[in-house]
Amino acid sequence: MKTTQVAVIGAGPAGLAAAIEVARVGGKVTVIDENAKPGGQLFKQIHKFFGSKEHRAGVRGFHIGEQLLAETRRLDVEVLLDSPVYALFPDMTVGYVHDQKEVCLKAEKIIIAAGAAENALAFPGSTLPGVMGAGAAQTMINVHRVLPGKKVLMIGSGNVGLIVSYQLMQAGADVVALIEAAPQIGGYGVHAAKIRRAGVPIYVSHTVKKVLGEQQVESVEIVELDSQWQPVAGSEKILTVDTVCIAVGLTPLTELAWLMGCEFVFVSSLGGHVPKHNRNMETTVPGVYIAGDISGVEEASTAMEEGRLAGTACAEALGLLDREGARELKALIWDRMHALRTGPFGEGRRKAKDQLIGLSMGGQA
Amino acid sequence: MRVEKHPILGDDKRERDASIVVDGKKVSAVTGEPIAAALLAAGIRKFRVTPRFGNPRGLFCGIGRCTDCVMTVDGRPNVRTCVTPVKDGMIVETQVGFGKWADEP
Repeated sequence: MKTTQVAVIGAGPAGLAAAIEVARVGGKVTVIDENAKPGGQLFKQIHKFFGSKEHRAGVRGFHIGEQLLAETRRLDVEVLLDSPVYALFPDMTVGYVHDQKEVCLKAEKIIIAAGAAENALAFPGSTLPGVMGAGAAQTMINVHRVLPGKKVLMIGSGNVGLIVSYQLMQAGADVVALIEAAPQIGGYGVHAAKIRRAGVPIYVSHTVKKVLGEQQVESVEIVELDSQWQPVAGSEKILTVDTVCIAVGLTPLTELAWLMGCEFVFVSSLGGHVPKHNRNMETTVPGVYIAGDISGVEEASTAMEEGRLAGTACAEALGLLDREGARELKALIWDRMHALRTGPFGEGRRKAKDQLIGLSMGGQA
Repeated sequence: MRVEKHPILGDDKRERDASIVVDGKKVSAVTGEPIAAALLAAGIRKFRVTPRFGNPRGLFCGIGRCTDCVMTVDGRPNVRTCVTPVKDGMIVETQVGFGKWADEP
């Protein structure tokens, strides 16, 4: 059977960062990903990242992806592509499929960095072709250079909804409006201002009533909501669009952690059920670590830091790093992580994450 | 429709080096791009119809999770077109219901 020291599931920002930390100190690490290309969702993020200089603020997401890939190549990290992982077994065997054949990989440590998937939203007409996740539209325009539609309604004013609206315009689409059920905009003011300046109306306290069309989206009916979230009769508006993008949050992809028997907690602000984990990113199953959106939906920058933590902790557990060396590295990573989890959005995430780690460690965060 | 020019990403210089057949019609594509991207570029948005009610479905998540975009490709049903790369000469068919294998009666 094929063997490795550390198996990393997912070649996105968290998984690649984790693999780099293990490889840097001479560990044998194997990254497995179902996609044809590594990088996860980094290559569709063409906007500049926020944060401090050491977080490469001002650098566009896809450039960070290119840097991560260059580093994995320089360290000769094994990255298996076109290889969906279908199971993890209690003896630390990873089962995956490649070229329609089943392969088993025996590891000493496993890092699950499976990421997250977009939430759906149900309304009449929500299954019509032309209704899609905002991330799906973003992938199409920025990675594959294809416009999924010409006239778009965006649902949700979090950062994904705001950023993808702007990027749809950069790609040549007409964003007809952005609606938000809450009475205020969810994402950063700077992103909202950008799309407002471009002339896109943002309707807060509005939701979608139905999407109309025979074989695909032809128009959408939106309606105002009162303070009790109830539709206001007579406030309906029909907008002519061919595409409706949904940006209403993400859910961690936790299937493999459930399979492995990890204990979970439900933290709504982190996207739902997330595996309990300690400050080393190790779950309640010894030797099984998590990093990135699976441990709570955040951003690529925090995902990379969590990956570095998990990778460093694995290297320490395997004896590739001494205790003191690992302690210093982890302290630096935590400093950077805290710096990322500041501000009106970061603060809430930091509290939720601290609470999660506290719960996982029996109250000793 | 393709995004030929882009303020951040620059011009799309990839060649349409592949040709696939979609429900009997030729569609030009770029080798390695997802089948779904080639179809959207050609203005095709309906990828399958549901088993019971025959409702149209198309791309939804774009990352291989939701399986709404499955089609019959080279005689294999239920192929996720958003994560399956184009190869020259592929035969792509709108999937009806659960689809059928090429050698299925």
